[in-house]
This record gives sequence, C-alpha cells and structure tokens, in this order.
Amino acid sequence: MAVTEVRITIHPAGLNPKDIAEKIKKRFPDQVVDVAEFSGQVSVIVKRDQIIPILKYLHDDPILSLDHLQDLTAVDYLNKKEVRFEVVYNLYSIRYRHHIRIRAQVTENDPKINSSVPIWAGADWHERECFDMFGIVFTGHPDLRRILMPEDWEGYPLRKDYPLQGPALENDWPGFTEVLKRSKELKEFEWEG
Amino acid sequence: MIQKEAEKIFETRELNVNMGPQHPATHGVLRLVLDIDGETIVKVTPYVGYLHRGIEKLGESLSYFQALPLTDRMDYVSAMSNNIGYCVAVEKLFGIEVPERAKFIRTIVGEMSRISNHLLWLATHALDIGAMTVFLYCFREREWILDLFEMICGARLTVTYPRVGGVRNDVPQEFLESLWKFTDEFPSRILEYETLIDQNRIWLQRTVGIGVISAEEAVSWGMTGPTLRGSGVPYDIRKHMPYDAYDKVDFEVPIGTAGDTYDRYRCRMLEMRQSNNIIRQCIGKLPPGPVMAEDPKFTLPPKDKMMMITHPTKEVAYFIEEKACKGCGMCMRACPAKAISGEKKKPHKIDQAFCLQCATCFAACKFKSMKIIPGGKGLSEEKLAELAAGPMPEEIAKAAEHLVRQFEFIKKGPKAPEGELYVATEVPKGELGFYFVSDGSGKPFRMRLRAPSFIHAGCLPRLCVGHLVADVIAAIGTIDIVLGECDR
Repeated sequence: MAVTEVRITIHPAGLNPKDIAEKIKKRFPDQVVDVAEFSGQVSVIVKRDQIIPILKYLHDDPILSLDHLQDLTAVDYLNKKEVRFEVVYNLYSIRYRHHIRIRAQVTENDPKINSSVPIWAGADWHERECFDMFGIVFTGHPDLRRILMPEDWEGYPLRKDYPLQGPALENDWPGFTEVLKRSKELKEFEWEG
Repeated sequence: MIQKEAEKIFETRELNVNMGPQHPATHGVLRLVLDIDGETIVKVTPYVGYLHRGIEKLGESLSYFQALPLTDRMDYVSAMSNNIGYCVAVEKLFGIEVPERAKFIRTIVGEMSRISNHLLWLATHALDIGAMTVFLYCFREREWILDLFEMICGARLTVTYPRVGGVRNDVPQEFLESLWKFTDEFPSRILEYETLIDQNRIWLQRTVGIGVISAEEAVSWGMTGPTLRGSGVPYDIRKHMPYDAYDKVDFEVPIGTAGDTYDRYRCRMLEMRQSNNIIRQCIGKLPPGPVMAEDPKFTLPPKDKMMMITHPTKEVAYFIEEKACKGCGMCMRACPAKAISGEKKKPHKIDQAFCLQCATCFAACKFKSMKIIPGGKGLSEEKLAELAAGPMPEEIAKAAEHLVRQFEFIKKGPKAPEGELYVATEVPKGELGFYFVSDGSGKPFRMRLRAPSFIHAGCLPRLCVGHLVADVIAAIGTIDIVLGECDR
C-alpha cells in the first residue's frame, strides 16, 4: 500500500503501424484481405476463420505485445460492401505505444466469429454488446446474452436496416405495452386532489 | 434417520440476493444479483442497460456538430471531459487546427472536471463506507468548481462548453482570478480530507486488501484510468497520446503497487493534486489569441456578424421582389410558419402577419429574389416594394451571407473525409474512446463510444467474488462508475 508519484518513462513510440501490418501479412498471408490507412492509423482487414490465432499472435509476440484491447465493436456496411459486417478490434501496446486495428469480415448469412475472451477477459462485455446490437454470435463466449437491451427484445438496434425511431407502437417491446396496460388499469385509483 | 432429518432442516444453501436497481450505493441504476454463501460472495451477475438511450444510433442520424450535446449526457459528473473527448476526435477526423489559447482553456476545464469528478467520487465512496463528514467537505469544494463552470458557460453540469474547433467563448478575467484562488486553497483542503480518512482505522479495514487485482489481470480486463494505475500500470493517455496542451505542461502520474481499493483511493487523491498543479501551470502559460478555429469550413460564424438581421430591435421585414421571383416554391416549402403563398411559376407573397423573421426562406431562395429590409416591420406592401427596389445595403448582404452559411452548416454539416479513426482521451474515469467510420458525408456512418464505466462495471464479478457482501459496496465505489455513461 504505497502509492508513489512517478514520472512515467515513455518509450519512444514503438513500431510503425505499417510494419505491424506487414508482420501480420507475412505470418498469415492467406488471411489478410486488405490494409487501409487513414490519418496515421492502420487497419488490417482479415478473414474471420483465423481471427483467434491472429489476435493471439499480436497479444503474445514480445515485440508487438499488443496487450490492451481498447475497443471491440462491429460496423454494419449494408449495401456498401460485399461482406456486410466487420468486427473491429482496436489494439494498443501500453509498453511500446503502438496501435493497430484489426477488422474481421463477418457475412450476413452466417454472422459468427470466434470469441476473444480467452485472450482478453475484458472482451466479455464488449462481445455481449456486439451481439446485442448487431446480432453477431461469438462462438465460445461463456455467457452470450443481451446486455443493454431487455432480454426479450426483438431485432438488433444498431443494424442499418433497423429504424431510428424503434419499433412501431403496435409491435413494441411487450414489457412496455404491459406497463401501459397496467397504468390504464390503475388510473381509476389515482388520487384526485 | 434423525441425522438425515436434521441435515435437511439445517442444510446450508446459497442465497440469491437482488441488489439494485434502486439502491443508494449503486450510483445509479445498476442491478447486481448476488449468490451468497452466508456472508461470502460466490457469484455476482451485473445487469445494466436501464439508462440505455441509444446515443450511438442517434449519433448516426446527426451531423458531427450536432451530436456534441449528447456526449455530456453520458458521464454527467464530468461532462466537460466528455465534450473535450468528442471534440478532439472530430477535430482529428476533419484535420482542424485548434488555436493555442483554446487548447490551454480546454486543459484547464478538463482538469477542473477531473477534480470535481474525483471529489464526487470520494464523497460518495466515503459515504458508502460510512464516513459522512467527508461527503460534506467534498461538496463544499465541488460547489466552487461548479460555480466557476457556471461563470464561463451558464451551466453547471451539462456544459457543452468546448466546441469542435475550440471553445464557445473566451474565459472572463474574474474566472481566472477565482480559479487561481481555488488552486491556492485546494491543496490544504485535500489535506483536510486525508486527515479524516487516510489513517482512519475503519477506513483502512474497509479498503486495504479489498478488491485486489494484479497489473496483468487489470490490463486483460481492459481497465483504464486510476482504476488501472492503482495496480501499478503506468498507462495515462495524457502522457501516451498527448492531446490539447498536455504536452506543454509538466505533471506526474501517480501509480499504486498493491492494486487494492486503498491504492486506487490514494491514486485519485494524488491525481487531484497533479490536476491542481496543471491548472496553475496553464493559467500561467495561457497565451492570448482567438479561442475558435477560424476555418470558415468548420466553424460557425460569430453571432455578432449577423446581428444586423437577427436582432429583434432591427425589426427586419422579408419581402419577395416580384421581378426576380421565378415561382419555384422552395421558400414556400421551407417556411416553418407557412406564411408564404403563391401559385407555381408566379411570384410568391409573404404574409407579414405570420412571418417569424427566421430567414429560412432567405436561405432557401436560389434566385436572390428575397430582400431583407431593416425597420420594415409593420409597413405596407407598397412601401416595402418601394424599399426593396434598390440593391440591398452591403452590410445587410454580408450579414445575410453569414446567416445562410450558418443554415447550411447546421442542416447539412461539413463533409468529413472518408476513413475511420479511433481517438482516445483520458477522462477522470479512464479511457474514453471515440471510433468514427466516415463515408464522406456530413454524418458519421458509425459512431462508437468506448465508455470506461461500461468496462469497469464488467469487472465487478472479478473484484467481488470471495469478499463479504459489505465489500461489494466498496468495490462499486472503487471502480468509479456512472451508469449514464455505462448504458449510453
């Protein structure tokens, strides 16, 4: 129980993200689909089959050591790309200060990808949210349930074909219609002052 | 036989206890289902989402500049930091260069919001554990900071003071004076809190060795901010990926060793001192200059430039010049008051009685047939036609130009370059990340918020299992969550 104020020794920024992309390309030549760069950040687009070996390599390799999963999410490219979904992993190395983004393609017909919980314990809730919002199933996840929406909610809100206003009033979430019904029933007992 | 009966009667079984969603110690609407064996916790299942408002979905329907007020509804305890995080992300996406003075002001208000957040955290954390006095002391100083916020933007909690491209307005001199006085006094106030609880035997018993998490595990769980640094991982985005003026000030990052509740508490206490220090440095170095980027593509024109038209005392009237009007009907469709009438391909007319002087029709007209006449309110049609005959005065035309630009800016929004970007900032609770996917339009194709509270709430089972029920409250306090941010 001793807390000290330290001057963080900042390592000079580690590898160039392009070099990391090259390393992935060399190691998994048939998995990398494309490499995109924007504003100094590099994303590697990969197929989903070997996603766990790729992430494990990035996490365990002593030179890369991408130990911090900043963010895990998905993007719905409806009518924009051939493969509809992409699961996005934003990885960062706390020690070497480099960043890389992995985007794994997930098809609409079979929205499944392997779970990364064995690598990062924190991926648990990220993946649950991803399943909740996009309907992407993470195989091997210990407890894949809806997290932000009610458990009996229908549809996946962050998909592009889901209306912004939510479902129409007649087929709204049963929990809500029930409350409306109850409030009507109980109205007669309301105090009139 | 008798023994079996007795075992049946006195059997031990796990109990299922519901804690929350309405519970004073859960800091919002967090529901925990605890499986307990006696007093010991076997399993914790958190349920979140009671405050889910769909900010990510809403963000996709708004332009980059409209979505800013949504962000201070996430973590309402440190709204300023959220705003800054959003602005930094959007600026990086558009490539906007922020003026130096705005950067320093943002750093000041960001650190103020860190202090106010940590004060609220300490107050409620201590209250949960049983130290009532700390609560009252902390709120005294927090009140001061909120009053200072009110001085610069008129709001205390949901501020929306930082804007994309800078800050809304410059800080007044009395703000800086009052803040300087605050930074003079604040270190002695921190000592007051520490006298109360730092060596307090009850406090030590409730916090030392509770919710221990090792450095490696904390990183694996995705913890960030003081929650992670209590375990001894020197990860601070202000140092790792400096934004605003953090690379121009000198500060240190406190880290713990044991990774328990007490170390995280000490980290935050020391962090408040560092924040105080940063504010003092920033006030000393505050450079003169503008506070808003002057790129006309990304920033709204200053309001005083269109006061010629918009100010109510100018009593402007809008009039359609018959010769120039082609009768396209654009103004008719745009008018919110339905004051414009007319047939197709024939000159339209404005019913002055219904006109709201909102200038929507002016922005919609493509043939420059709309005329703005100052002091024309209440005049007859003939008189207006007479006044409208000449060309518009230059200052009116200039103000009108600004007005139209404001309309276009708010309605459509400037187009972002195509690409994707993840930008993280250090908010008091941890790492707030914004991930934008842009398809080249004025609205984000996908806006993702990485909320630290959400991830920290996910660690609760890890921190609680094996401890007593009373320690759950200490664990909820130590990870510093706000459910508004967790549920988004």
